[in-house]
Amino acid sequence: MSPRPGFVLEVDRSTPPTLYWHGERFRMERLPEGSRVIYAPEPLDPLGDPSAAIRHALRHPLGDKDPLPALLHPGMKLTIAFDDISLPLPPMERPDIRQLVIEQVLDMAADAGVDDVELIVALALHRRMTEPELRHALGDRIYDAFAPNGLLTQHDAEDPDALVHLGLTDQGEDVEINKRAAESDLLVYVNINLVAMDGGHKSVATGLASYKSLRHHHNPQTMQRSRSFMDQHKSELHSANWRMGKLIADSGVNVFQIETNLNNDAFPPAFNFLQKREWEWGVKDRLAYLGASKVLDRTPAKYARQVFHSVKAPHRMTSVQAGEVEAVHAVTTDNVWKQQGVVVEGQTDILSMGLPYISPYNVNSILNPILVACLGLGYFFNMYRGKPLVREGGVVIMSHPTPWEFSPVHHPSYIDFFEQVLSETTDPIEIANGFEESFATDPWYIHLYRTGHAYHGVHPFYMWYWCAHALQHLGAVIIVGGDPAAVHRLGFRVASTMADALEMANDIVGTSPTLTHIHTPPIFMSDVQ
Amino acid sequence: MTRVRGALGGKRFFITGATGFLGTALVERLLRSVPDCEVVLLIRPTRRSTPMQRATKEILKNDCFDRLRHERGDQFETQVASRMTAVAGDVGTDGLGLDEEGRRQLSRCDIVIHSAASVSFDSPLDAAVEVNLLGPSRVAEAMVAARDAAAAEGRVGPVHFIPVSTAYVAGTHQGEAKEELLEGNRFSLDVAWKSEVDAARRQRGDSEAESRRPERLRAFSKAARSELGGAGLHLLAERAERLREDWVKKQLVEIGKVRAQSLGWPDAYPYTKALGERALISQYGDLIPITIVRPSIIESALAEPRPGWIRGFRMAEPIIVSYARGLLKEFPGVPEGVTDVIPVDLVVATIIAVSGESLLHAAEGRPYEGPSVYHVASGVRNPFHYGRLVELIREWFTEHPLYDTDGQPIVVPEWSFPGRGRVQHQLTRASKAMDMAEKVVGSLPIRGRQAAWMAALEEKHLLADRALGYVELYGAYTETEARYRVDRLLALWDRMDEDDRQMLCLDPAAVDWDHYVREIHLPSIVEHARVRTTPGRSIQPSRADRARKAILSPDRHLAAFDLENTLIASNVVDSYAWLASRHLRAGERAAFIAGLVRKAPSLLALDRRDRGDFLRSFYRRYEDAPVDQLHDDGWELFHHQLLAKSFPAAIARVRKHRALGHRTILITGALDFVVEPLRPLFDEIVCARLSQKDGRYTGRLAELPPIGEARALVLADYAEAEGLELSESMAYADSASDLPMLEAVGFPVAVNPETKLAAIARRRGWHVEHWDKADGGAQPMLPIGPLDTRDAAKRGRTSSAALAGAVRRLAAKDAR
Repeated sequence: MSPRPGFVLEVDRSTPPTLYWHGERFRMERLPEGSRVIYAPEPLDPLGDPSAAIRHALRHPLGDKDPLPALLHPGMKLTIAFDDISLPLPPMERPDIRQLVIEQVLDMAADAGVDDVELIVALALHRRMTEPELRHALGDRIYDAFAPNGLLTQHDAEDPDALVHLGLTDQGEDVEINKRAAESDLLVYVNINLVAMDGGHKSVATGLASYKSLRHHHNPQTMQRSRSFMDQHKSELHSANWRMGKLIADSGVNVFQIETNLNNDAFPPAFNFLQKREWEWGVKDRLAYLGASKVLDRTPAKYARQVFHSVKAPHRMTSVQAGEVEAVHAVTTDNVWKQQGVVVEGQTDILSMGLPYISPYNVNSILNPILVACLGLGYFFNMYRGKPLVREGGVVIMSHPTPWEFSPVHHPSYIDFFEQVLSETTDPIEIANGFEESFATDPWYIHLYRTGHAYHGVHPFYMWYWCAHALQHLGAVIIVGGDPAAVHRLGFRVASTMADALEMANDIVGTSPTLTHIHTPPIFMSDVQ
Repeated sequence: MTRVRGALGGKRFFITGATGFLGTALVERLLRSVPDCEVVLLIRPTRRSTPMQRATKEILKNDCFDRLRHERGDQFETQVASRMTAVAGDVGTDGLGLDEEGRRQLSRCDIVIHSAASVSFDSPLDAAVEVNLLGPSRVAEAMVAARDAAAAEGRVGPVHFIPVSTAYVAGTHQGEAKEELLEGNRFSLDVAWKSEVDAARRQRGDSEAESRRPERLRAFSKAARSELGGAGLHLLAERAERLREDWVKKQLVEIGKVRAQSLGWPDAYPYTKALGERALISQYGDLIPITIVRPSIIESALAEPRPGWIRGFRMAEPIIVSYARGLLKEFPGVPEGVTDVIPVDLVVATIIAVSGESLLHAAEGRPYEGPSVYHVASGVRNPFHYGRLVELIREWFTEHPLYDTDGQPIVVPEWSFPGRGRVQHQLTRASKAMDMAEKVVGSLPIRGRQAAWMAALEEKHLLADRALGYVELYGAYTETEARYRVDRLLALWDRMDEDDRQMLCLDPAAVDWDHYVREIHLPSIVEHARVRTTPGRSIQPSRADRARKAILSPDRHLAAFDLENTLIASNVVDSYAWLASRHLRAGERAAFIAGLVRKAPSLLALDRRDRGDFLRSFYRRYEDAPVDQLHDDGWELFHHQLLAKSFPAAIARVRKHRALGHRTILITGALDFVVEPLRPLFDEIVCARLSQKDGRYTGRLAELPPIGEARALVLADYAEAEGLELSESMAYADSASDLPMLEAVGFPVAVNPETKLAAIARRRGWHVEHWDKADGGAQPMLPIGPLDTRDAAKRGRTSSAALAGAVRRLAAKDAR
């Protein structure tokens, strides 16, 4: 039986309550009759032999590119860059796709007699990965072969000696990227393309760039003009990255792009109920849900968080393509749509969503309030093509406990951003003009970013800019079950129950609003007609 | 021109005690209502100010002069201030300590008024004797000398002496006390004042000697240590010496009280005053004309210079405010007894009227009839019953309650007029219970908000003690049954003409007590007490906000920080355990941690006893550890353990100081490789260092670690070398052992203080910050480092195996 496509359910009297993520917990909500619930397509069938598929892709590149073996020769300088801990979500069961792909690339390089090979984590301004995380992504064999000899490095956007300025785009944007990568004879970039935003020219132009370069597209104006940044053709974020990608290519950087698609099988069988449509739950699903929710309700959030972060996803590869960046990315994007696209008729007054414990920026960490906002308004809100799911002036209702909690190890500048910046203003443009510079150049944050496992000082600003389009578009944001102090600091409203939230939304959108709920996991893209 | 004031016009007055409550009012009144008179004030110079500076600051700038300043406007300087002269001197010294100029000034005066006194009811006996007993005679002696000097120049010199005494010299016996000298008074014991002086002076010597006995000195040292903990030798010595001095003072206060009571006075004040009168009369009664003025309890002004004017917090005020705050639940007293209170302006008027009469008397050539006495008291002429007073106070505070810190009105208790003994007993019991609670809580290892709570308990204790003090001190006065007759005062009143009466009201009958208490006295003391009189939360910036603002002013120079529990919730044992366990095999880790946990109490005890010894012995554990590896591991420790346990607000504060251009310095007993990652936060890091040999640590400190007093020295050296002022600097620390550093700066900040420091910070009004770890920082229960899997690959087996081996040996030793 082939997997079923996405589905839009209209709630009626017989519809059972709908499942919401609520951080490290779940809620069941009975939605008003007439509400719509959107379900993702079911997981696509994975490739039978991923290794063979990878080999095939490397040997049969797309676009104007020679097969990988033809690009490898003795004495050359080869650099393999790969996506960091932010992908995929949750982290996948071993072996990770990066390991599978890089092993093949390394085998071909060895066969060709290449001995100058370096691996670089393309983390842009993200936190450096820890040893266990790297071992998980690459496998012990690669790690032990490269790390002890200093051949596995993490991109350092603040090391002036490790960056090179390639020039300005026709729009005057600085292109400054990792020196080793830029000066290699061949740069192989290994992507995991979980959402439509990932990959393409963004891989190198963003993943291996410096703050000087990133600030040209990581800003509120760009984000407000990206509708959405999940739709490459209507995204100013992508236009900038494409300009930069062209310049990188024109500068002679030879990029061999490898992109991979995953199916959306995000949780192991114990959590099957999460991805099933509620009316199709069997006895096992009910019991699993009851067991999980009872246990979680009695477990302190701190420990529940540890449990969830140890969950590995059974994601499987559905496609891999390699070669020239744009040709590869076009195929990848199509594949993403095949797995994630759902056609939805018309906008809604109220968009509701349950937010999980995880986002790209808090793997093995805490979803702090800023990340809560970014996950809901940056990611979920923007998962559309055409027009936003919620109409202009509409309301987003998200469900998350939003505790006033931060990881001082991973998110030190977030703490100060929350205390010092959001207490003054929540307007992204005011924030960018008034505060960004001082956080971005702060020596302490730079020190923690370079030597520890902290996100760069400017990173919380980017999270807030990610929300800029939604903040401009929406009439109100309500967080159900949130910590009032933290939610108010974000500039949002807090409701203790979904019923209260709907009542509050009435003030904005009138007394008989339409409501649409995006049912996650797994995530999906709405094609709003 | 009126009779009395006419006689005084253009005269010169020599006044002692002008900076006191009565003295200030007297000077103001003379300058305001006696035309062209001049005043010469005897003022004790202090280290900082000359007598004239003191006179300007403490007398002319007092709100007593607001009226005069307002009336005269621009003319104030020429018409008022220029008529005032100050000379240096001290009534506690023989000859008043006058210099040539002082003696010359005195010889040019006409009237001498002595109002200087040690009015505190709990002065040490010897101090009270010097001032109250010998003071009047010393002034008289100087006056005689001045008169003789004037005579030698063919002038007249001072002609009349008016010492101010107290009505209570008559004791607290039942019945009436007349305005007559103590000599021959049947209630007054004839005590040989000279032997009392000798005894008091001897007593000082005895108490001083007693306080220096070895067991006493040991007790003071012990008490200092229990209060300050390991604050360092110098501070402990300073504190112990303070405790000794306080002990001597307390002895002398107690002896004074007991001696006074054995002779029939309630305490040392009236006793020394009474003997002072006797000494004066017996020595100078025949040499100079003397009129003694004896007021009862002087309180705020009825009308002059304005209703309610008062200076300083006097006898009744603290009691009334304590009551209004709900702290004093009971106060002993006899409801039908008479509370003898007299407004200050009536006393001033009496002194001026007596001065005028004496001059008139001399001018008219009438013979001097010997020393005389005036009472200025209300008890007979216009009695005010204690019960009524209490009723008025209660009514008033019910209508105008004070508010607590939450803005809630405080309900005043109803007094039942219990006996003094019962109240004393109750308060003693409460104080003892709190003493016990304090001892128990004080020995617990708590810090931060709990410690602040402990400090609050201590404050309650202090209040209970103070309440007990009031009852012991003033109880006798509310139970006084003596009635001070004012026949001579009224005769003086009768002799005055209408104009003088207008200007110099001294008739106690003029006081309408209900009006006085409700409209004049209580509003005035509430204003003085700086208590909250409005409901709701204050919109004013809180004390803490103001302190923070002062600390974060760009004018400051330097901010010094302690590390443990100030910036991070960690300590040297944690760090060691983390670093060491990182290189142990799985099975060994458990044994190692168990060993350390078992050792924890003794480690803690050693740390408390002597920080230096503790560090020295603890750091031995790093013996044989490879230097390079620990430096690498130090970074891992920081990012995984210390940062997770850091106080984000503390780190933000350090950075804020840097942003403001302040220098920042970290002074810690932690090791260099542990604190290295913090370097970007500080201009300077002063920490402990281990000596090395062949790339390994020896386990011995390379130099003295910066702890205790050494921190203050390090800080002072740094400030001096960099040209920074410590008075403009901050120090942040968590423990009493950091006192030397905290005391060295102008802006000390107690961060999450442990109990001893919390108590000290509260007492001294130091700013306190409560900084928490970030909610969400991963906080492992035990400080165990993740296994270092790089060991084998990166560094080869030897180095990590060596540390692991060293740790294993230690673990085995600990286990034993």
